[in-house]
Amino acid sequence: MMITEIVFAALVIIILTGALLAVGLKNVFYNALALILCLFGVAALFIYLNSEFLAIMEVIVYIGAISIAIIFAIMLSRPMTQKTEPENRGKVIRSAVLSALFFGVLAKVIASTAWPIASEQGDYSIKGIGKMLLSTQALPFEVISLILLIAIIGALVLSSPEDNAS
Amino acid sequence: MTLTGNFILDQTLTIILYGTIVVLFVSVNALFLVWAERKISARIQLRQGPLHVGFQGALQTIADAIKLISKELIWPRESDKFVFWLAPILVFAPVLSAFIIIPLSQHFVIRDLNVGFLFVFSLTNISFIGIFIAGWSSNSKYALLGSMRAVAQNISYEIPLLLSTMGIVMAAGSLRLTDIVAYQNKYWFICTQFPAFLIFITAALAEANRAPFDIPEAESELVAGFHTEYSGMRFALFFLGEYTAIFISSAIGASLFLGGWHGPFLPGPVWLLLKTYLLVFIVMWIRWTFPRLRSDQLMALAWKVLIPFAMFNILVTAILIYYQKFFI
Repeated sequence: MMITEIVFAALVIIILTGALLAVGLKNVFYNALALILCLFGVAALFIYLNSEFLAIMEVIVYIGAISIAIIFAIMLSRPMTQKTEPENRGKVIRSAVLSALFFGVLAKVIASTAWPIASEQGDYSIKGIGKMLLSTQALPFEVISLILLIAIIGALVLSSPEDNAS
Repeated sequence: MTLTGNFILDQTLTIILYGTIVVLFVSVNALFLVWAERKISARIQLRQGPLHVGFQGALQTIADAIKLISKELIWPRESDKFVFWLAPILVFAPVLSAFIIIPLSQHFVIRDLNVGFLFVFSLTNISFIGIFIAGWSSNSKYALLGSMRAVAQNISYEIPLLLSTMGIVMAAGSLRLTDIVAYQNKYWFICTQFPAFLIFITAALAEANRAPFDIPEAESELVAGFHTEYSGMRFALFFLGEYTAIFISSAIGASLFLGGWHGPFLPGPVWLLLKTYLLVFIVMWIRWTFPRLRSDQLMALAWKVLIPFAMFNILVTAILIYYQKFFI
């Protein structure tokens, strides 16, 4: 049907605009906001694909946690009116090479994975993901929680007042 | 082609109809809640509430609304105009869309989403970003401090808020609000999940930035917090957002813990509204009874009291469900 294609096209335009603005804009705060727009578009794409749970998680984790952490870091590090630094050619080339490498790896992974259609209608992702996390995927799940635990302990150690120094 | 055209027209008209009803309800609800809050605060603290405009001051909030509409919209100098304009919209729109999932009765719900109330909790994250950029774009230290406090507080209290509802999800076996309410036809979840109810109310108070958790807009320290620089209808949008958020969390609380539309004699929507406004009253009661917490006390309450208790509640619920089939 025609309307589904229009919606899909609109979502793709939103995602691409957000991504391009996130890289292209000069003000670093606007970059973060554009990134949020891009992530929100991805969440909407999940809803378009009948996977509400993934959409919700995209918003909670990527917008609610990661983007807010990014904005917090920007806000703590620079005043609003400060001028942005001039573009550094070496930096741009380095990040372009790294991004190209990362893109290549991701493209390889995506291309070599079989994508079965889980369900034509309805959302079974909550049950499916829950069962997989606690059975076949239990080990990666635990490893991720261990990494998070290490990050939390590290943050606590770094931010604790140094009693011995004084 | 005509079939598709009809379908699109049909859907568009439905969306417009629901949207209009929700916006009307939100405005009237906020007018009523502001008036009720003044009256309740007056009763609790033994002082005069509004009396002169209309019966018992009932028209006072309408007069206030007219004043807000006619006020000048001020752009602070050196502010970031686009983001300053965007912030109230980002705060208000997610609250508005939360109405999509509130089940008024067994069949009357705009969209019965599979992910249920998680939808609302995820959208509130976008409100946080609105608060954040409101404080940042105002280019004022009070607004910035207020918004940073607000976001730190909201992120912390989202965890106990979500955890407190997990016991119910485990007992009902579904995230859908309609399923959860339908499950409570014998008894309400407040009977079996009372600690979770207390955690939910506390965390919901903090999420709405209400006293005793109102350090983001503590008048005596920060003027008005993140919306210090806003005037007229832009300020009113923050205000509408706050009162509607109180209504939404009370409605979700009523659906999760107080049996939603279940009740004798009266139709479902009436019961839901009665229970919701009861919770709204409790929220206002708490606001005008307790003093404001200090910043570190607030964080300690979330991380050292609410989260461990919510975890413990989940553990106990899981053990009971597994061994005794207590909830089934």
